[in-house]
Amino acid sequence: MNKKETIERARRAKTKKAALGEDIAIENFVTGREHDPLNSLDDFPEEYQQDLLDAGIEPSEKDRSGSFLQQDCSVVFSTVKYNGLELMSTTDALKEHDWLKDYLWKAVPVDMDKYTAEVELEQTHGYFIRSEAGSKVTMPVQSCLFITTDKIGQKVHNIIIAEEDSELHIITGCSVSHAVNSALHLGVSEFYVKKGAKITFTMIHNWSRGMEVRPRSAVVIEDDGVFISNYILMTPVKSLQMYPTAYCVGRNARATFQSIIYASGDTKIDSGSRAVLQGEGSRSEIISRVIATDNAKVIARSDVIGEAANAKGHIECRGLMLSDSAEVDSIPELKATRKDLDLSHEAAVGKIAEEEIQYLMARGLSEEEATSVIIRGFLNVDITGLPDALARETKKMFDMSLEKVM
Amino acid sequence: MLEIKDLTVEVEGKEILRDLNLNIERGEVHVLFGPNGCGKTTLLMAILGLPNYKVKKGSITFKGVNITDFPTNERVKLGMGMSFQHPPEIRGVKLGDMVNIALGRKEEKIDENVIDLAKRLNISVDFLNRDVNLGFSGGEVKRSEILQLLAQSPDFIMFDEPDSGVDIENIELIGKIISELMDRNKMPSKRKKAGLIITHSGSIMRYIKADRAHVMLDGRIACSGMPDEITKNIMETGFEKCVELCVRREEAGAE
Ligand SMILES: Nc1ncnc2c1ncn2[C@@H]1O[C@H](COP(=O)(O)OP(=O)(O)OP(=O)(O)O)[C@@H](O)[C@H]1O
Ligand SMILES: [Mg+2]
Repeated sequence: MNKKETIERARRAKTKKAALGEDIAIENFVTGREHDPLNSLDDFPEEYQQDLLDAGIEPSEKDRSGSFLQQDCSVVFSTVKYNGLELMSTTDALKEHDWLKDYLWKAVPVDMDKYTAEVELEQTHGYFIRSEAGSKVTMPVQSCLFITTDKIGQKVHNIIIAEEDSELHIITGCSVSHAVNSALHLGVSEFYVKKGAKITFTMIHNWSRGMEVRPRSAVVIEDDGVFISNYILMTPVKSLQMYPTAYCVGRNARATFQSIIYASGDTKIDSGSRAVLQGEGSRSEIISRVIATDNAKVIARSDVIGEAANAKGHIECRGLMLSDSAEVDSIPELKATRKDLDLSHEAAVGKIAEEEIQYLMARGLSEEEATSVIIRGFLNVDITGLPDALARETKKMFDMSLEKVM
Repeated sequence: MLEIKDLTVEVEGKEILRDLNLNIERGEVHVLFGPNGCGKTTLLMAILGLPNYKVKKGSITFKGVNITDFPTNERVKLGMGMSFQHPPEIRGVKLGDMVNIALGRKEEKIDENVIDLAKRLNISVDFLNRDVNLGFSGGEVKRSEILQLLAQSPDFIMFDEPDSGVDIENIELIGKIISELMDRNKMPSKRKKAGLIITHSGSIMRYIKADRAHVMLDGRIACSGMPDEITKNIMETGFEKCVELCVRREEAGAE
């Protein structure tokens, strides 16, 4: 598909409503002014530093193999400290690598809906991350998409490629300044995990009440490739809809999605993970924890489609209700198209068991303290597959964001 | 230390305990026998003040304070503790976390303090890292409960069947620790703690010398006496006969 055809398809999809989530009037959001590049992340204005931290970004760049920061529609910082690793704006990467165009819209269809079409037609950067064949970059790359201007529409296209037998760990945060009342984030992310490669992707969404968010992500995993996604959302958001999909096309390809969502205020979330098991012996695991409080409404989806011999997929979704005016719809789906595979799901939604609170009170905690211990426990999913240091750090980030909401 | 007067308790609208009286002095250990469903666990839960156990009448006084209306954690602060017969599972909360909580620490880490306590109960670090009670075997539940009490070190401790389902070697282990927790290894005059133990088998009593035994029938303390004698009577004749014997003797004594 050449550029002309792509644009043509995008144009035709410009008004195509998404299959899920309420419709957003994209035209209400603007591109805004350009921001000046930074010499270091520490130079990012003081007022945004906390939001940066909350999105898991380390301003000192300590223990990071590279850093990328996009403010609104401008890339303000991008450095790489590691051979065998590339990190830059997608726009720049397309100029640098002629071959990269072949990766565009291969995992996510450009005409999926009006949001993908908009990103094609009005793209403002996004990041390109690539680990070269055989290079194991155990130190994580950090990237942050930050919104600081009211009424901004951020439209990014991210491409992440782990070449054969390489390893890539990414911490990515999406954050918004508390001064922003309303903004839109459209993010297309296409991941390519080549033979024997591994990508871990730890994403913290640090949105605010006025944010409308439509990520569109897909992953293509080849033979023996591994993709692990850890998603954390603790802050309220006006409207978020996403359904990242992993295509396990190769033999023994593996995909894991873990998501932790704490939905409060008037948050509306429709979030799922899907795995399509097309490679022989491919596997997927989808784990989600959702807490809904106040008036939050959450639809938690998960879907495994088994199409190959010896494929194995498991879904584990748990929801915890903390309010009578909150709502959780848990929708796990399994689809098998042949006999020699194994798909399963567990789903449960409930309230905190009184018995558990009393047990903790019997050990000396007050009712509030007991509740908080149970909530922490509920959200405490063991993050697997990350290097130790990164796992510890992710745990810390998680604790930090939890502290903020409780 | 604990004084219960005319206590009537309802669970889910059903009267379970009726006009129950019980006194446990500092330094004393009492043992409570009784058939399944007679209300033993209910009594402990009511003493601990769990909200499902509604006190309809009577009072509970602990260390001179009328705690009848105190929430559970306030009672715990005053120095009460209990090992549960059937504790709930809590996902994502590790046994090690429970030990830290019982120690009164905000600490998240399962450190040497926790590990050393666990060692005394033959509990491994791996086990401390398991979600509390999730998939624990019957005997493991009991050891986990005792470990938490060891950390908590209350002045008045209630044990709800600490020996049920525990193998012989572990009964000895648990028995010795329980005994120590209640100052049994000290001279009677030096004993500061007190306890109430529910047991069916009585096998744990080999390691813990109790001062007094009670038999509960249908929500009341039907008879009380010396532990050895009561145990013997129950074993030989059953609960009802034991109580009959008891009552007859009291009547005889009264004449
Ligand atoms: N939540 C509840 N709802 C209804 N009935 C209850 C509840 N809890 C306890 N009961 C009833 O109260 C009675 C006393 O129960 P309790 O657990 O105190 O007995 P127990 O003497 O400890 O018995 P066991 O030796 O079997 O442990 C039983 O008939 C029990 O079914
Ligand atoms: Mg009982």
